[in-house]
Amino acid sequence: MIVGIPLMQILLFGYAINFDVRDLDAAVVDDARTSHSRALVADLQATGVIVLRPPSPGLSDLRRRMESGEISVGIVIPNDFERRRLGNDRAVAQILVNGSEPMIDAVARGLASVPLPVRAGDYRSRTPVFEVRTEYNPERRTAVQIVPALIGVILNMTMVIFTAAAIVRERERGNLELLIATPIRSWELMAGKLIPYVLIGLIQTTLILTVGARIFDVPINGSLLDLYLAAALFIAATLTLGLVISTFARTQFQAFQLSFLTLLPSILLSGFMFPFDGMPPLARMIAQALPLTHFVEMIRAILLRGAPLAAMQVPAMKLGAFLVIALAIATLRFHKRLD
Amino acid sequence: MNAVPQAIAPAGETEHAIRARGLTRRFGHVTAVDGIDLDIPRARIYGFLGPNGSGKSTSIRMLCGLLQPSAGTVNVLGHEMPRDAEPLRTRLGYMTQKFSLWDDLTVSENLQFMGQVFGLPAQRRRARVAVVVEEFDLASLFKQRAGTLSGGQRQRLALAAATLHEPELLLLDEPTSAVDPQSRRDFWESLFDLVARGVTILVSTHYMDEAERCHELAILASGRIVAQGPPQQLMAEIPAAVVEVEAADTVAARRALVMDASVLSVAQLGTRLHVLIDPATPEPETRVLQRLRAASVAAQSTLVRASLEDVFVAATGFGRAAGPAAGLRPSCCSGSLRSRPRKCGNWPATGSRSA
Repeated sequence: MIVGIPLMQILLFGYAINFDVRDLDAAVVDDARTSHSRALVADLQATGVIVLRPPSPGLSDLRRRMESGEISVGIVIPNDFERRRLGNDRAVAQILVNGSEPMIDAVARGLASVPLPVRAGDYRSRTPVFEVRTEYNPERRTAVQIVPALIGVILNMTMVIFTAAAIVRERERGNLELLIATPIRSWELMAGKLIPYVLIGLIQTTLILTVGARIFDVPINGSLLDLYLAAALFIAATLTLGLVISTFARTQFQAFQLSFLTLLPSILLSGFMFPFDGMPPLARMIAQALPLTHFVEMIRAILLRGAPLAAMQVPAMKLGAFLVIALAIATLRFHKRLD
Repeated sequence: MNAVPQAIAPAGETEHAIRARGLTRRFGHVTAVDGIDLDIPRARIYGFLGPNGSGKSTSIRMLCGLLQPSAGTVNVLGHEMPRDAEPLRTRLGYMTQKFSLWDDLTVSENLQFMGQVFGLPAQRRRARVAVVVEEFDLASLFKQRAGTLSGGQRQRLALAAATLHEPELLLLDEPTSAVDPQSRRDFWESLFDLVARGVTILVSTHYMDEAERCHELAILASGRIVAQGPPQQLMAEIPAAVVEVEAADTVAARRALVMDASVLSVAQLGTRLHVLIDPATPEPETRVLQRLRAASVAAQSTLVRASLEDVFVAATGFGRAAGPAAGLRPSCCSGSLRSRPRKCGNWPATGSRSA
């Protein structure tokens, strides 16, 4: 414990926290379909900053994909690309950047410095080639990126500890010995520990959201119902994580330690502060197992990009799976016996 | 009091409420309970008497299915434990050694909650809460938080909660350890009321007077039952003669008596000494006087009836002390005594209480 955990953490986080973001998911709308436009896209891909996903047929599809979080960067090449290329006054293409996540904007702006491909007999070199548009956060304010995710971080902090301490406290005080001598079933006990805290969590959500919207001017673009549904799912998942911890911990102190152990990776790897796209595969895998990762993804989509919950099926299902698996582990690990 | 009397033994069930054979529980290398056999009849108060660490709590926890026995079998109300622990829950009442209801709930909330947990329908729950509140005199405390109750009040609440669902068998783990004498008396009155209604009660204690009130008793030491039977019978059949000595110089008298090979133990009660003597000794009271006269100590002696404490001392090996125990009990049986070998081993430090 004393040697292993700090070592593991320094190695993991040292590699995982990376500002050299590469491999951003991107898609192209190429309305020009000329050899030049294809060469331009190839040059962009050659920078290594973006990875091209299947192209979009039109701008609305591109926006929908960005809204759902499938892509972070969109490249739009208009049908008058060739005319713009030969002219000198207008940008030849547009780069759309998902501004709801930190650091992506700065990285994508680097793309704009890619020059037009040079061909034989074509001596013209011009700037700017691209017009960059930061979607969802045109003023590029950090608060817009951080505050929605902060709802998740704060909930994560309080919820895990609530339940992690709840059962251990009853064990320490002796209440549990009485409880397990009653006909109560394990899952009933677990559900009883979860439900009141879900309500508390929703109240907290309201509180943070109100402050975020009033003081930090965070837009609420999506539906509030979707937001609360996502929050309730996340709260239940983090509470269940706490329950799992409480079945391992013997004392409240241990419960706090273990809770903290899950908190640090949640904050560092969830995409809350550092972009997911810069992380090595192992860190991403760990992040996938943390509820905060999926909630951060969902809340940014709903709150900032106005995505409907229906477009968030993948993270919602992952959160749901986490909830079910963790609840099963907690129920199975909790024996109605003292030994 | 207002409750409907229960049938004493439902037809087709065993006559014993609890039957255990070779019940053993080990924690790592420590054997907390070492092969005990129990036959606890229905509608009786059965006592576990023993010092702390003698295996009372561990036994009770095994009997109500909270701990898995390392070996041996347990049958409770005709069901195998711990296999049938869950279906039996509604027929058992368990009172933990430490107060384990919720300090931050009121008396009323605690009782309501326990009623709900035991699945009592709303109407019956209300009726039962009203009954136990009356029975255990909790009406004036109804809206008070459990954390603010006194020891005796808490214990009344705990017993009320344990009997709310009208269990057939009550397991009480040192229920009176933090309670004043008057509350203890009232508590035992309540227990006898319950027994009169057909409830079987298993109670552990380290108080002699409480043990004496039980219908039947098992004396535990180091995880074994060292004596078992009704208290009267245990006192009558004590394997020692009990001689009471009145001496001016009790210190000298004790010193003299301890030297005698037939003296098994000496305990001081005020100005008197309680001397346990090998039952094979003819005329033990004369033997004691001779011994004292030889040491020129003026004294009177009478042969008396054994008390339960004498039984306890005899059953647990005549205070044959191991380690620091002897030093901790200066007025009681001297540590250096010879005694016949008994099956019990050493004698934990927190042992006997002088009356």
